[in-house]
Order: sequence, then structure tokens, then C-alpha cells
Amino acid sequence: MSVEAITIIMVLITFGLYTGIGWWSRVKDTSSFYVAGQNVPTVANGAAIAADWMSAASFISMAGLVAFLGYDGTIYLMGWTGGYVLLALLLAPYLRKFGKFTVPDFIGDRFYSNSARTVAAIATIFISLTYISGQMRGVGIVFSRYLQVDIIIGVLIGMAIVGFFALLGGMKGITWTQATQYFVIIIAFLIPAIAISLQLTGNPVPQLALTGSDIVDRLTSIQVDLGMTEYMAPFTDLSMLNVFMITLALMAGTAGLPHVIVRFYTVKNVRAARWSAVWAIIFIALLYLTAPAVGAFAKYNLINTIADQPLEEVQNIEWVKKWETTGLLQFNDLNGDGIVNFSEGEAGNEVVIDGDIIVLSTPEVANLAPFIIALVATGGLAAALSTASGLLITMSSAVSHDIYYRIFNKEASERQRLRVGRITLLVALFIAAYVGINPPGFAGEVVALAFGLGAASLFPVILLGIFDKRMNKEGAIAGILTGLIFTLLMIGLILSESIFGTDGAILNSFFGINAQGVGVIGMALNFIVSFVVSRNTPEPPVEIQQLIENVRAPEIDSELEAAATTEDK
Amino acid sequence: MGEPEKVQSLDDKQNWYWKKNIKLITGLLIIWFLVGLGGGVLFAAPLNEVPFFGVTLSFWIAQQGAILVFILLILSYAIRMDKLDREYFEKKEQ
Repeated sequence: MSVEAITIIMVLITFGLYTGIGWWSRVKDTSSFYVAGQNVPTVANGAAIAADWMSAASFISMAGLVAFLGYDGTIYLMGWTGGYVLLALLLAPYLRKFGKFTVPDFIGDRFYSNSARTVAAIATIFISLTYISGQMRGVGIVFSRYLQVDIIIGVLIGMAIVGFFALLGGMKGITWTQATQYFVIIIAFLIPAIAISLQLTGNPVPQLALTGSDIVDRLTSIQVDLGMTEYMAPFTDLSMLNVFMITLALMAGTAGLPHVIVRFYTVKNVRAARWSAVWAIIFIALLYLTAPAVGAFAKYNLINTIADQPLEEVQNIEWVKKWETTGLLQFNDLNGDGIVNFSEGEAGNEVVIDGDIIVLSTPEVANLAPFIIALVATGGLAAALSTASGLLITMSSAVSHDIYYRIFNKEASERQRLRVGRITLLVALFIAAYVGINPPGFAGEVVALAFGLGAASLFPVILLGIFDKRMNKEGAIAGILTGLIFTLLMIGLILSESIFGTDGAILNSFFGINAQGVGVIGMALNFIVSFVVSRNTPEPPVEIQQLIENVRAPEIDSELEAAATTEDK
Repeated sequence: MGEPEKVQSLDDKQNWYWKKNIKLITGLLIIWFLVGLGGGVLFAAPLNEVPFFGVTLSFWIAQQGAILVFILLILSYAIRMDKLDREYFEKKEQ
């Protein structure tokens, strides 16, 4: 059977599974729609958080990014997991205790202001839309390469599937579907990693093979022979300042991602929120510890397969042919010697590789069984679909709950709110599909923007809302606006060439910090401005101060209380 | 309008709980910073001279070690907070 046929069968089986689960856990009331009725077990919630968190970027792109950045790939590895520490320690337990549906809900109530609520809702929608277009692109790549269908049909199929689950199941449906998807994602990532690890290092545990074998040394020496930088040396692609700033921006930006925060509302109590976080980081780390190994293995195999080989032979390899037709892999024989000169980014390089194909092509480059190739495609789809469904629910609640219900129609019935939620979901789905089919030329920059804006706007405000009792409406709004405007302006100036089409960048960097890291400065300004403004304006009303006091007190836990009383007898 | 309302602040025991919580978070975040941004970025150059199995110490921290530490941080937070919760309720009867 061909790889394509096996892929279709596996995709159909997993989609059938997700559909069955979505149907089994479908819901009718708003609480289940948004927060799954708050009775999801911690392990399942942990797996769902992990699937929600690990997007197409984590599954498809990250190992490729690490393969090309080498040491500096840590910005993604540490940035995305380290941000999770901030979320688990600083935000999740308190937001759960606060007990509202969404991030804009927290911000609107805590700062007793509908303007703050609206700004937070808009930021949520913008960040989520940016993110979801990336997922749709991931779906499109998988379909166009493995099913050999047009990318448009690929995106439309993906859209129908995501929409079906989200409309039918709401948050409860997607929680169980996402938990299932996590296991598909991790199996699809680990099996090829184990196979290649065995092949290259003889060690069946890829996470250990990275350090326990000489693979990184071998990679470093072949890279140096080809005129590339040392794989293991720090700061060859980015300066230390930029690695520091980008890592921090990704950390704070990730901690402020609304679709992940909302996950912590789906658990029973604060204690369950803390343990969901533990499960989730373990599940996430399983993939994140493997990705740097996959990156190194894939780079090694790729260089060995194509570098300094006759161009004609390389172009006859089956997987090279198929990826060349997608346009994500290109050869230009610049010096006309008929040999592939591969020296990424340096002068005379003749290979253009889109990082997104590294993970997907790895099993083919390593000549693994067709079944494994199909598995990777299935995993990539699971990663994209699980994140997309979480994002859709988040956007739909930002519109139907935070804007429609809390601002425009306080009398709205549950049915009306559900209807608005579902309409929003459909609209968001069509926008996402459109962007997936016609990706803007600056897709990468838009993602930098989403994280930068998250770091500069949502993260500081939520943090101050919890930990600074004196923080008031005036301070929070001034802070968000400063952070947003500064970061938008800087990213616009630094990336003016690709966004506005100017001749060259208007600003090369902000004192050496590039567009991906500049959100950290926006975040610092947000903290400073909100502090200064809040101290010079009236303190928040009594009921708000009371609210903060209540969030700080331990949760009344009847079991523990009962245990304590019995012991005293 | 009646008397201006007063905020009912935390009692001594709740204050004790909150302070313990803050102290725990601060400690964990210091480790988070030192290992992740310290060991992986700020001290990358010196630690790159230290061999660690097949790679250098800073390379390992940047690509895998920091993530393992992050798991431990979140795990110890959950365990320590469970313990703090228990202590809080046991303290009540004293």
C-alpha cells in the first residue's frame, strides 16, 4: 500500500475517534460549553492542556527551528516551557479561585471597567486569530503533501472537522477530544524519534541520545566542514541580548495566552488547578525534551543525504521530489557545477529549506516504514486541530460572553448567548480558513507580534491584578495602552520592510533588541506606567479590595477541614 | 448611603498562609531565573567550556536541563501548597 493510502486510513480512523468522543460528550448549557462544567479530572485536563498548548508550531515547526538555530533554538525550548512555570505559579491558581469564565472577565471585573474588559477581549481575539491561522497552515501542509490534495481542499476539510467538534461539544467535548489528541500527538512524535535515534546512535531513548552519544559532535564537525557555524556554540545566530529578550518575551507571552489560561477554569478547585499544571508540564516536556534530539538527528541526516551530492541524483529521491512540488524545498545550482552546495545562510548556498518540513520529512529521509510516515502526518493534524479548537472556543467566549453578554445585553438568556457563541465560532473559522489558504507574506512576523503583545499587555495586567491590591482601573488601562502602543510601534518600525513594504527597515532594532524580543521592553513599560499612575489616582473600590483579599485566603476545602476536626477529637 | 464600608482584611492565620505562599513562589522563581535565563543564556559562555556527557553543560541546560528543572519547580509547588493547605486547616483548632 502506498504512503498516501495508509495516511488516509490513519487520518480517517483518528478523525472518527475524535468525532465519536465529541458526540459522546456534547453539551447544552453555557457552563459546560465554556468551562466543561468544571468536573474534568486532573490527568485528563493535564493532557488536554498539553494538546491545547502544543500547536502545529510545537509539533511541525519547533524541531526544525532548533535544527537551524542550533544552541539558540533554546528561545523556543525554554521560552515556551519556562512561560508555563510563570502560568502555573503566578496565574493559574488565583484565576481559578477568582472563578470567572474568561481572561477578559477577570480583567473587566478586577478593574471594574468595561473599557478594560473590551481591550482585553480585543487582545484575546487578535492573539487567538493570529494563532489559529498558523494551525490552518499546518493542516494545509499536511494535507497537500500527504494526501496530495490541493492545499485549499486540505484547509476546508480541516475547517469542517474543527468546526464540527467545537460547535457540537463546546469546551467539554473538546476537553475529552484534546486529551485523546494528546496521545496521538505524543505517539506520533516519539515513534519516529526512537527509530531514528536507534539508527544514528544505537540508543533507543532519543531524549538521552542527544547528550549520551556523539551525535552533536558529529553534527558540529560536518557543519564546520561545510562552512556553517558550530551546532553546539551559543549565540551564533542571535546575540546574547536577543536570546535573553526573546526567551523572556516568549515566556511572558505564553503565560498570557488566553486559550491556555481558560483551561484552568475547567477543574474542580484550586488544588486541582495546581495538579493539572503538574500533569500538563510532564506531558509537554515529553515532546519538548525530544524535539532538540529530533532537530539534531534530522539535520545530520539531511546534510548527509543532500550536501555535496550530484544535484540530479538528489532530485530523483522520492521525498525530495514530493517536497519540491510543495515549494517548501528548493534547489538553485548557482555555480552550475551540478553539485548541491549546502551552507545555510552563507554565500553560495544552493538549498532553500522551509523549517516546517524537517519533522514531517524526517521519517522519509531516514527511510522509515510508510506506516511511521503516515503516523507523523496524523500527529501533525492532531496538534493543529486540538489547538485550533481551543482557540475557537476562546474567541467565541470573548465575543458572546465578554462583549455581547457583559456589555451589550445583560438580559441575554443562555440560549441567546450560546447562539452568539456559535455564530462567532463560525465567523472565526471562516477567517482562519481564509488566512490559512492565503497566508500573509509575513506570517512569521505576525506570530512574533502575538507573543510580544501578549507579553506587553495581558500578562502584566493579570499579574498586577492578583498581586498588587492597590492596582486600580486607571493604572491598568494606562499600562495596557503603553505596552500595546510601544510594542506595536516598535514591531511595525523594525519589520516595516515585510509589513508595509518600505525599502529596508525604518529601525534596525531597539538598542540591539529585535522585533521578537521587543515585547519585553513593552512589558517593563507597562509595569512602570501602571505602578506610577495607580499610586497617583484613587484606590480601587472597597468591594474590589475585598475580592483580592478573598483570592489570597486559602480555599475552603471541606475534606481537609473535616480531617483537621476529626484529628482533634 | 450608610457608613463607608471597610475592607475586611485577612486574619492572622490567612496572612500567615499568604506570606508563606509568596515566599515559596519567590524561591521557586529565583531558581527558575538562575537555571533558565542564567545557566542557559547569561552564563552560557563560561558553562560552554564545561563538558557534560557528549555535549557542553550550557548546551544541555539550554536544550533539555532547564525543562527538567521547570517540571520539578511546578511539582514542588503543588506538593508544598498541598502541605501548606493541610497545615492551615490543622492550625485552625489551636
